[in-house]
Amino acid sequence: MHAFDYATPESVADAVVMLSDHGKNACVLAGGTDLIVQLREHRRRTDLVVDVKKIAELNALSCDASTGLTIGAAVPCYRIYGDAEIAAAYPGLMDAARLVGGTGIQGRASLGGNLCNASPAGDTIPPMIVLSGQAEIAGPNGTRKVAVEDFCTAPGRTLLGDGEFLVSLHFPAPAPNSGAFYRRFIPRNEMDIAVVGVGASVVLSEDKSTFVSARIAVGAVAPTPLFVREAGDALAGQPVSDESIRRAADLAREAARPISDMRGTAEYRKHLTSVLTRRVVEGAVQRAKE
Amino acid sequence: MSQNGHKVIGTRPIRHDGVDKVTGRAVYGADIQLTGLLYGAIKRSPHPHARIKHIDTSRAEAHPGVRAVVTAHDLPQIADKLADLGEAIVNLRDASNNVLAYGKVLYKGHAVAGVAAINLHVAQEALELIDVEYEVLPHVTGVLEAMEEGAPILHEDMKTTSMGEETDKVSNVANHFQHKMGEPDDGFAEADVVIEREFTTQTVHQGYIETHNATALWNEEGQLTVWTSTQGAFSVRDQLAEILQMPVSKVKIVPLEIGGGFGGKISVYLDPVAALLSKMTGHPVKMTMTRDEVFEATGPTPGSYLKVKMGATNDGRLTAATAYMAYEAGAYPGSPVGAGAGCIFTPYDIPNVQIDGYDVCVNKPKTNAYRAPGATNAAYAAETVVDEIAEKLGVDPLEFRVKNGAKEGTRRADGPVHPVIGCIETTEAALNCEHYRSSLEKTANGKVRGRGVASGYWFNFNGGRSAISVSINPDGTINMLEGSTDIGGSRASIAMQLAETIGLEATDIKPYVVDTDSIGYTDVTGGSRTTFGTGYAAHATGQALIREIKERASKLWDVPANAIDFADGVFSYRDDEEKRSTFKELASQAGDAGGPVVAQVSTQPDGSGGGAFATHVVDVEVDRETGKVDILRYTAVQDAGTAIHPSYVEGQMQGGVVQGIGWGLNEEYIYNDEGSMTNASFLDYRMPTTLDLPMIETIIVEVPNESHPYGVRGVGEVPIVPPPAALANAIYDATGVRLRDLPMSPPRVQQALAENGG
Repeated sequence: MHAFDYATPESVADAVVMLSDHGKNACVLAGGTDLIVQLREHRRRTDLVVDVKKIAELNALSCDASTGLTIGAAVPCYRIYGDAEIAAAYPGLMDAARLVGGTGIQGRASLGGNLCNASPAGDTIPPMIVLSGQAEIAGPNGTRKVAVEDFCTAPGRTLLGDGEFLVSLHFPAPAPNSGAFYRRFIPRNEMDIAVVGVGASVVLSEDKSTFVSARIAVGAVAPTPLFVREAGDALAGQPVSDESIRRAADLAREAARPISDMRGTAEYRKHLTSVLTRRVVEGAVQRAKE
Repeated sequence: MSQNGHKVIGTRPIRHDGVDKVTGRAVYGADIQLTGLLYGAIKRSPHPHARIKHIDTSRAEAHPGVRAVVTAHDLPQIADKLADLGEAIVNLRDASNNVLAYGKVLYKGHAVAGVAAINLHVAQEALELIDVEYEVLPHVTGVLEAMEEGAPILHEDMKTTSMGEETDKVSNVANHFQHKMGEPDDGFAEADVVIEREFTTQTVHQGYIETHNATALWNEEGQLTVWTSTQGAFSVRDQLAEILQMPVSKVKIVPLEIGGGFGGKISVYLDPVAALLSKMTGHPVKMTMTRDEVFEATGPTPGSYLKVKMGATNDGRLTAATAYMAYEAGAYPGSPVGAGAGCIFTPYDIPNVQIDGYDVCVNKPKTNAYRAPGATNAAYAAETVVDEIAEKLGVDPLEFRVKNGAKEGTRRADGPVHPVIGCIETTEAALNCEHYRSSLEKTANGKVRGRGVASGYWFNFNGGRSAISVSINPDGTINMLEGSTDIGGSRASIAMQLAETIGLEATDIKPYVVDTDSIGYTDVTGGSRTTFGTGYAAHATGQALIREIKERASKLWDVPANAIDFADGVFSYRDDEEKRSTFKELASQAGDAGGPVVAQVSTQPDGSGGGAFATHVVDVEVDRETGKVDILRYTAVQDAGTAIHPSYVEGQMQGGVVQGIGWGLNEEYIYNDEGSMTNASFLDYRMPTTLDLPMIETIIVEVPNESHPYGVRGVGEVPIVPPPAALANAIYDATGVRLRDLPMSPPRVQQALAENGG
């Protein structure tokens, strides 16, 4: 590992200044579960590590039935699923928060870090997309908000500009008769990166017989986590049935454009996209009915 | 008291090294710290096959903090010479070239230079400053491709040996051999059912948690000391003496605790480099591998291609079997195809057999021993063909195995005749076990379920040299020095045999694994020999102590030594009931009757005695849509001869099963078109975790080994042999589709089901 400087700003403004001064030669550290490994393995080189964990906004965690959920970018997974109210209101997000690494990793790893790492296979990103997450970004020109599905631009790359960093994530309050679900496929039962991961959220009619709306997102089948708008839209207004769900699964499969690598062939990933989408939509429907 | 009149053997005392291990006090290679210590790192080839045109180390040598740089030109050049390393015969020139490449690199990760620096970060920086000019050559990583005409040749001077004769043919096939008995053609003509199938397996690694390490100090007198993690300190000593061309008396190896080896920690990799760097700098030099170095540059076990044909009559008798076995040796000759050929049909009594084996060089790391080396590949092929034959005949696969089982007097295809073995007893125990008798729901949770069985054989090395040195403390306890690396609880199993012999408790023996200057030559912990071979020496040591104590009692009691008896832990004089003492009572007085009581014993059993057999039963659940296989229940049955410490026998059985499951379901070296392994980490090289496994149930069968005083049979290796075949047979039972390529990973299973409509 090469030597670098380390800073712990205590305000968003100070962090912006530090990051702006160093441009691409600075890295943001939250839990560090990706960054430190990348530095140690020489996959990344930096002159300055800016630890954002001392900034209040990045540790915020609040849930309100009317305004929704706010998660500071450095809040570790265990705080999120450890909050009974949040865990009950956003089970689709908990599916992923409980999946990232083991218990030790979950004590450090954050949803914000998972998003900024921008892995196509990042487990928490598809559920954040289907829950209509918004990312709040601070930078030299003030703050801005973008949809989570627009945040990642390529493997390991985001739309963050020089001097910008992620402050927090925001999710609307769950609609009545809604449910969300995330599941990934891995060859083992733990200790793996998703071969394919699928998130789905659905809103059902009051009698639970019809889809009012749905959102579907797929991980590890494209350069970035993929929001498959057309697959969710195809469910809107349709009856809750094997046929309608299969059609959505087919659309997700068609949208997937995976590569072949040591975690699976492109063909296998497309196949899994269909299988998992069907299972995940069924899981989301089940939760909406509960 | 346990069975057979034993007091200690068959009980389960806490192991002597247990507390230090679970509290983190045990000293491993990475724990070593010495004054003035330098840190070493290895520059490795990025190419799978290339000629080294030039190495320029000047920039690295000038880098601040760098103390020395070494290349193959600093090693003595060695002529071809074969050396027996315990589990494999090795050509020392190849071994030297594998430590630091000379002339050519033969696999990605092949070491080309070493650096010593004031810390590891500086050493790693210096690696980037070593300029190596390569002429990249075409490469070949698959065994069948490497055998084709026109394949890239790894060793331009290597001529194929065929049936024991060197030919003029330059090819990647180092050796072709054949075992034949009877007339297979006649046997197949006699058969009513003949099945012939092809199989492939991929390169897999032992996956020991502790990575390779070596700390070397070459002092001003030219005495080299190396602290390292190894299965055989004396083997490391001898390899270093040969590779560095120095007398063995100038080399001392201090073996530290070992975090797993499974056959992979016998060859040296870092030790000679650390030694040279220490010689050049005058400082101790420590080197430890990273996980990706372990995967890419140490010895995995080979990928292979097998074609197996077996025939049986309608009344369920095997009449003939043939096998074509091509194993990848890796960069240098020496795959375990010979061992695989000796095991493939050995659980059976088949009158007509032909086995052809091919040892083939490919641009992958030189393969090394891995737990019953070669036998798991072989059993995967043979045991699935046996399953298919039993199915065609409509007989229970275990009853078929019992009917055709090998027994005392059955001849192996590679020559030897079995002495007393427990093949049929083991199979019968599996047939009668509760698991096999239980019913299995064929579908559940939208998934399909199936049951499979398979058997396996491993020779066991019933020979080898072992030394033990003991001294008796005044309180009657015994300090026991030995030279066998303790990988799987052998301190305990050896100490228990000494305790049994002289009537003490296991805890009265304090076993120590010591350095090569402190004990007589002891062969490696490998070949399932240690509890057998060093236990054999422990028994002999006990006998020597009994003789010595009789001598001391003779002086103390003033009676003839030959009138003193020893039984049930008590020494007694035949003619006087008052003259009776336990070993401990006499030990406290014996020191005053002739000086401290000590004994040194070395043994080399003659190598006779039978091998180990195992039969496994597994239930699986298959997700047809994803191809994922989950294990519901697993039972391993095995003949242990006599189980000295049953917990460690069970532990060996469970560990072998788990490694076999990994090999069967997910583990493989995945290569890209550039000949580079793409999954050199535990993230993507998928060994099973606890969450992937049920508790592995064990049934120990005891058919005593007649060549050991307590009937010990080695237990460490055979449990890895049946799992891939048992899993394949279970997947077939669940889905109706036979998988003949390892690993049976989700993509492969899903594809096979889709193609076969299973």
